[in-house]
Amino acid sequence: MQYETVIGLEVHVQLHTRSKMFCGCPADYQAAEPNTRTCPVCLGLPGALPVINRRAVEYTVLTGLALNCRIPEFTKFDRKNYPYPDLMKGYQISQYDLPLALDGFLEIDGDTQLGLGRRRIGVERVHLEEDVAKLQHFPQGSYDDRGEGYSLVDVNRSGVPLMEVVSKPDMRSAEEARQYLTLLHSIVQYLGVSTGNMQDGNFRCDANVSIRPVGSQILGTRTEVKNMNSFRAVYQALEYEVVRQREVIEDGGAVVQETRGWIEEREVTVSQRSKEYAHDYRYFPEPDLPPLRIGPERVAELAAELPEFAPQRSARFQADLALSGYDADLLAGSRSMANYFETTLTLRDADAADRAATAKEVANWMLGDLARLLNQDHREIDASPVTPQRLADLLALVADGTLSTSLAKTVLEEMYATGGEPADIVREQGLGQISDTGAIEAAVAEAIAANPKAVADYISGKDTAARFLMGQVMRLTKGQAQPELALRLVQEGLELQKTRGSLEP
Amino acid sequence: MATITTEGVRHVANLARLEFNKEEMEHFTDQLARILGYIGKLNELETDEVPPTSHIHPHQVFIMGSETEASHVAKPDVVKPSYPREELRAREITAVELTESVYARIAEVEPHVKGYLTLTKDLALEQASRADAGFQNGDDMPALAGIPIAIKDVICTKGVRTTCASKILETFVPPYDATVMKKLHAQGIVMIGKTNMDEFAMGSSTENSAYQITHNPWDLDTIPGGSSGGSAAVVSADTAICSLGSDTGGSIRQPAALCGVVGMKPTYGRVSRYGLVAFASSLDQIGPFTKDVTDCALLLNAICGSDTMDATSVDVPVPDFTQSLINDVKGLKIGIPKEYFTPALDSEIAQQVHTATAVLEALGATVEEISLPHTEYAIATYYIIAPAEASANLARYDGVRYGYRNENPEDLIDMYKRTRSEAFGEEVKRRIMIGTFALSAGYQDAYYRKAQKVRTLIKSDFDAAFEKVDVIATPTSPTPAFKIGERTDDPLQMYLSDVMTTPASHAGLPGISVPCGFVKNGLPVGLQLLGAPFAEKKVLRVAYTFEQNTDHHRQKPKIGT
Repeated sequence: MQYETVIGLEVHVQLHTRSKMFCGCPADYQAAEPNTRTCPVCLGLPGALPVINRRAVEYTVLTGLALNCRIPEFTKFDRKNYPYPDLMKGYQISQYDLPLALDGFLEIDGDTQLGLGRRRIGVERVHLEEDVAKLQHFPQGSYDDRGEGYSLVDVNRSGVPLMEVVSKPDMRSAEEARQYLTLLHSIVQYLGVSTGNMQDGNFRCDANVSIRPVGSQILGTRTEVKNMNSFRAVYQALEYEVVRQREVIEDGGAVVQETRGWIEEREVTVSQRSKEYAHDYRYFPEPDLPPLRIGPERVAELAAELPEFAPQRSARFQADLALSGYDADLLAGSRSMANYFETTLTLRDADAADRAATAKEVANWMLGDLARLLNQDHREIDASPVTPQRLADLLALVADGTLSTSLAKTVLEEMYATGGEPADIVREQGLGQISDTGAIEAAVAEAIAANPKAVADYISGKDTAARFLMGQVMRLTKGQAQPELALRLVQEGLELQKTRGSLEP
Repeated sequence: MATITTEGVRHVANLARLEFNKEEMEHFTDQLARILGYIGKLNELETDEVPPTSHIHPHQVFIMGSETEASHVAKPDVVKPSYPREELRAREITAVELTESVYARIAEVEPHVKGYLTLTKDLALEQASRADAGFQNGDDMPALAGIPIAIKDVICTKGVRTTCASKILETFVPPYDATVMKKLHAQGIVMIGKTNMDEFAMGSSTENSAYQITHNPWDLDTIPGGSSGGSAAVVSADTAICSLGSDTGGSIRQPAALCGVVGMKPTYGRVSRYGLVAFASSLDQIGPFTKDVTDCALLLNAICGSDTMDATSVDVPVPDFTQSLINDVKGLKIGIPKEYFTPALDSEIAQQVHTATAVLEALGATVEEISLPHTEYAIATYYIIAPAEASANLARYDGVRYGYRNENPEDLIDMYKRTRSEAFGEEVKRRIMIGTFALSAGYQDAYYRKAQKVRTLIKSDFDAAFEKVDVIATPTSPTPAFKIGERTDDPLQMYLSDVMTTPASHAGLPGISVPCGFVKNGLPVGLQLLGAPFAEKKVLRVAYTFEQNTDHHRQKPKIGT
């Protein structure tokens, strides 16, 4: 029997606001000591009341628009009731039947291995809620003097705005899930609504997975897979889960509807025993927050603010700048990379005739040496000490012959290490290219005098000897001789030797 | 409507994190069946086309504007600095004397009345002397400077234990002041103490306090009403000049009537609920108890106003309520809803209320009979909506972060269940059970949503009535104060104590209860005056005129004699 995979994703995105969802506490919980970002509201103290963060609403509307959603005029918040020690009020303020955004889609390339092409993956809804506190468990015997286990609660994360993006079950493989997730991730980063860091839990993905016989329209029993902390984990966990479900069915069993956790180290999903009671969230309208009417005028303003996203930007880089698809995708992959690229290009363009060649040059530097330096420090391009202006200045020094490409690489490393200007580094370290004929001629004379064998080889017709001697000149000038000039002078010197040799008896 | 089985009750108890032994289980099953049976009367109404009411002031326009713009609807995304310590205002020497005299009176009669849960004498004397200094300096002192005020123990007071008369909050000391407390402190008030109440404001007699029974100063064998029974009794007994209470379904107006004082519930959204421990969020409202309508207007001036900490507070101008203290009702139309005069209404009370409206008519008001046809459904509606909201509001009391915790649980869920079952009183558990049931899967449409729709109908009745009249006059309570213990075994009978007050609560209306006479055994009777939303001024004007032309409010109880 042939099976078809059906995957839907629920993605929780922490919004990058200054303050929390419902109170004035700073939302920078990750940077803070435990329980230092709290107030009566996010602690859920008796009598405290929530007030909606406007920016979080705007960020969610923006995301909804970017995902081609409809923004209904009326929206409200609801209480989702369930008890857990990470939930300060015993209920979570979320949105039930009137979310901020509905009925959108994302266009993915599709899984070509399955013969699927470019198509839309439905986005069912985007809604806004509050994050919960963080629990840290110390099992029996771990730290406590009495040998008893205990748990600590850090309330800093409680009340941080959390946006949930729910897809339709439209993905047909782990590869398609990866494509959807990558695109969604790039969109929230492009919008600047989230840092999107998966390891830090700013961008969290749960997946609903089922399989069914090819051709069937009925959904199979699904499992919910959680605890996937990277794109790679999502891909691996879904691949694993699909195979597991097929094996269960082929062995004559039935898939059980349950939550399964991905265990990274063992590369398996395991059943997370369902809680003692079935959930009954008893959603009802949050009486502490009046329903909102989102002005259509404001929605139109926000729609006008939407940036050009990665796929469009990559396509433009390829069409206008003749970049390869590979380079263009890498550069457009994040808004900060793409902005860095375009800024540098603009700064270079002032005196660059060939835009495509300059674009290729900037791309090579960004994706080559600069990327290598940033990766070593796990730094984002935003945090690069080499700013677009400095990179453009460096490339200008190469273009005007002050630096050779290899010298420029040395200067780039120095710029990265010290945050200095390229011109200053060249001056302070005497790294400028020597284009003074007299200085190079001295080195040429020295090289010719020290290498009679090479001179003899040249005279006997081995042109490669000139290259060898030019290398010697570069060594003697510590690489600063302008290479073309050095080669010309070596050739002139050798021709002189040849003439002399033929004149001598 | 559902058949209530023991199994169903056990399921709901699990959801609510409560546990009952076999006997309790049978008891609860029986009571829930009776209460829900009564609530079944909502099915008499056709509501398919009626929209539900979840919020009194629906659909706030969300204008997403500048970041710094403050709004009661939504906050700008700015990090708030921690509160600067508000400087307490200071005033005159007599403030200390006044405060001392109140504590002298407390020493004398509080053992009989038992209106206070916590007395804050040291703090009060400190506040009094600080205020006195202001008066001596000749500072421009606010209207309430130096006034001894009692606070219902459901309002958070920074550094002063706030129990909600519940065992579960026996040790809870709020680290913050409710917005009303900040406003009162800015006025330089003297806080005498925290008053007794029904646990979490659930009740009509103050007998549901986990700590003590408060006695009605007019007859110590009777209840003071509830849930703000303590706040009403201490004003009546002169152990405070005035007090704050909270009204969800009548919890200010009913005890004010039963204790012979003035009590007012402002329009929902008039007073910030920030720091009021929530019972039913869409109904709760803070309001004053005073000895007369003038003090009521002064206290309203101090506590009203929209608050950026409460999204349900409404951004409408707050008038100077003392401007409505006009001894004249000529030209005002007063409606008497016929549905309030049922056979269940005590005939002496009906008589007193008719006399009161006759007085107003004689003073120049037009009095006419009106109809509020859905009045009889108000209690059933109330006992779904309020418990549903309460079931979520009380979920946070789980022993994890503050308050009571069971010492020897087997695991987390067991800790929740034992903590809650041991530390909540019976009425609180009963309401959590009703509310959890009304919201649970399969029953939400038949109960919670049905009740929200009927709430819309009740609200529409009032909207139509206020097209025709300025103020509605009714009895506040169907009976005078009843004997302690008389209704504790019959929750449904107790719920019916609120039959006159819950309709206006559903509509979020302002309402006042003023003394309008006494029944033969000497217990006070209250006249309830209701206004359209934010029409407190008209209500105060009618109340003031009535008061200026009668002397019921000057009568004092003779305690313990």
